[in-house]
Amino acid sequence: MNFDPRYSGRNFTSVGTRPIRPDGVDKVTGRARYGADFNMAGQLVGRVLRSPHAHATIRKIDTSKAEKLAGVKAVITAADLPDLTDGDAAMYDILDNCMARKKALYDGHAVAAVAAVDARTARQALKLIEVDYEVLPHVTDVDEAMKHSAPLINDAIFTEGLEQKPVKPSNVTKRTQYGHGDIHEGFGQADFVVERSFKTEQTHQGYIEPHACVANVSSDGTADLWVCTQGHFVYRQHCAQLLGMEASKLRVTSSEIGGGFGGKTHVWAEPVALALSRKAGRPVKLVMTRDEVFRASGPTSATSIDVRIGARKDGTITAAEATLRYSCGPYAGTWAEIGAMTAFACYKLENVRTVGYEVLVNRPKTAAYRAPSAPMAAFAVESAVDELAKEIGMDPVEFRIRNAAQEGTRSSYGPVYGPIGIGPTLEAVKNHPHMKAPLGKNQGRGMACGFWFNFGGQTCTDLNIGMDGSVSLAVGTVDVGGSRASLSLVAAEELGIPYEQIKAVVADTSSLGYNDMTDGSRGTFSSSMATISAARNAIKVLRERAAQMWDIPVDDVVWEKGHAIAKGEKYDNLAALSLKEIAAASGKTGGPIAGHSELVADGAGVSFATHICDIEVDPETGSTRVLRYTVVQDAGKAVHPTYVEGQYQGGAAQGIGWALNEEYIYGKDGRLQNPGFLDYRIPVCSDLPMIDTQILEIPNPNHPYGVRGVGETSIVPPLAAIANAVSNAAGVRMTHIPMSPPRILAAIEAERGG
Amino acid sequence: MVEVTLWGSLGAIAGGKSKVEIEAKDIRELFRKLAEQYPGLEPYIDRGIAVAIDGTIYRDTWSKELPEGAEIFLLPRLAGG
Repeated sequence: MNFDPRYSGRNFTSVGTRPIRPDGVDKVTGRARYGADFNMAGQLVGRVLRSPHAHATIRKIDTSKAEKLAGVKAVITAADLPDLTDGDAAMYDILDNCMARKKALYDGHAVAAVAAVDARTARQALKLIEVDYEVLPHVTDVDEAMKHSAPLINDAIFTEGLEQKPVKPSNVTKRTQYGHGDIHEGFGQADFVVERSFKTEQTHQGYIEPHACVANVSSDGTADLWVCTQGHFVYRQHCAQLLGMEASKLRVTSSEIGGGFGGKTHVWAEPVALALSRKAGRPVKLVMTRDEVFRASGPTSATSIDVRIGARKDGTITAAEATLRYSCGPYAGTWAEIGAMTAFACYKLENVRTVGYEVLVNRPKTAAYRAPSAPMAAFAVESAVDELAKEIGMDPVEFRIRNAAQEGTRSSYGPVYGPIGIGPTLEAVKNHPHMKAPLGKNQGRGMACGFWFNFGGQTCTDLNIGMDGSVSLAVGTVDVGGSRASLSLVAAEELGIPYEQIKAVVADTSSLGYNDMTDGSRGTFSSSMATISAARNAIKVLRERAAQMWDIPVDDVVWEKGHAIAKGEKYDNLAALSLKEIAAASGKTGGPIAGHSELVADGAGVSFATHICDIEVDPETGSTRVLRYTVVQDAGKAVHPTYVEGQYQGGAAQGIGWALNEEYIYGKDGRLQNPGFLDYRIPVCSDLPMIDTQILEIPNPNHPYGVRGVGETSIVPPLAAIANAVSNAAGVRMTHIPMSPPRILAAIEAERGG
Repeated sequence: MVEVTLWGSLGAIAGGKSKVEIEAKDIRELFRKLAEQYPGLEPYIDRGIAVAIDGTIYRDTWSKELPEGAEIFLLPRLAGG
């Protein structure tokens, strides 16, 4: 990579403006094509048979009756997806999750699938598949699963990370620890100590578009996959590996995406659709129902967290510790570890220790959900921080400002911070009119901070200049939040041409080099870096072509405001050549003009946010209403401020749902009781106030424009900010998320009774 | 020579050390020498380790130089959403 990513402090013409997004018209007129909108000639309908048991040995599957049904073209089980993972444990888990092999590990686990001529036939075929289960004891609660008496989900799992190697298998896959200093000494210096235990229930990302794909495996072994995903290149790698294909023979095209938030970073139905198509010899369309999305895609962890924080009378935190237990579903994960790393990341701490436990339960395989694991940890820590401030008698904002991490602070997860934005977000909140607005009866205000790492990754971009001077920008990061608009702005900025002259598309896997997933808030951060690099490479070609047209040395040609300029006194009479003029002549100066870039975008730069929430609690029913909500977050540089604000508002909206209503409810039989939007209630517009935003711009030193990721951090503070608001309104500390009306009412009544 | 801090469970594999000194000019050489000196670390390196250099986290830029006196911190390679 010959590209200097350092922040240059330039002034902007296009970046920072708010043009209409290129995908906007199609989306509001219904023309945009999502996962289920693609169809192929001769396409079959795929359906999946799922376990009704939370935990069961699969003794036998008899598919013979289903195969004989007229209209059924293929039936598959795990036998049709043999283990080709070559000892890769993580890939084996993905394979087993796509189609159960020996055991069904949760309610909804796929055990077989059919492809038939229509949906009715496919449904009939599923009923004809006979599965002989031996039902096993199950466990769905994270604390229960840690007990020695709990049913063992995988007897090959021995806890990693213990001082002594365990001799017995366990549902705890790993223990991790972070921190520095001496917490015993730190607590010894404390005048006040707050110690609390918290729980958060499992939630789903709640994307409106279900998982959907169309797979077509040809008889020559090549295949096409049209799919709704956050990362079509990663899907290609995973599907190719699981099906024993060469990656280059599988072309994956990403559709528009109706929400992902981390939930579309994993394959679920896609290898199944490909295996069905391979067996049937025809294209297969597989669309999950909402019930399937809830039961069999990847929600976030349920958690159980203990926090202890001590501080001196002057408001200085002397020690902080947390023990975090996160559910992983039935497969190993690193969710508690991320919680342990992020829990105290906002603070400057001399003595801190966090311990994480990854816990297997009979629930769906946990997947990432927007700053995965951080919101739950922040809920516990920020609730305790608020309570501690109250005990000391300090304003909660002032208390946080006093203890906020800053440049040079050793983070709780290890490294020393560079320039960061937690302090500025707190100062902005302190001075925000929201903090001074009056509150009424039964109303409370809460605020909280949040942290997320942000990531970069492998990125490839092509910038092609047409004969008419219009520019095609082909990117490989799926557009989940308006990145085609922001990347077009970046290309316009570099080339010095209008935004409208550029058309950005997400290219398929056969048209562009590999790109990592759009996750970790990396879409605009990474692809803007690649776009800048590609544009600069194109400018180099444009200068060379202009030099040819003028017959002068290329070193005497500079690029300014979309034009080649000949510099030096002897070229005074040469009129500047526009991009369009150079493009029009390109056929006679060497052919097409393009700029390409392949790079690893690293140094994404950590991100902080502080949120304020006003809430009203009805003490008679426990119901709540969010009255006002404000998000303050560092964006580094907001390329398209409207979409940055949209990310802030979206994270807050999801956090409000998580904090107040959303939860997976399992029955005693281990079956999910509420796999639908009627019983799993996400917030709708009428539940939300207008969410106010304030963008701070503390440049990331590792990006030419100073860009940081913005997509995830906004979901970190809401659980805590809302919990602090509810606690202040209700007069009782809330320790269990979601704070649904029954839980609030129970807490109020317990307080009254006490 | 750079001093490298290992996160908790990684330190246990490196003989209980939380810090190790390695003669390495960039991340690639650091990983190669770590694997040579502490073979137990190799599967972790293969799975993915991030390197924080003076607070900035690098996950894939193995050509990144390790400046003399810089704080080098190894972290697990994490995923986002």
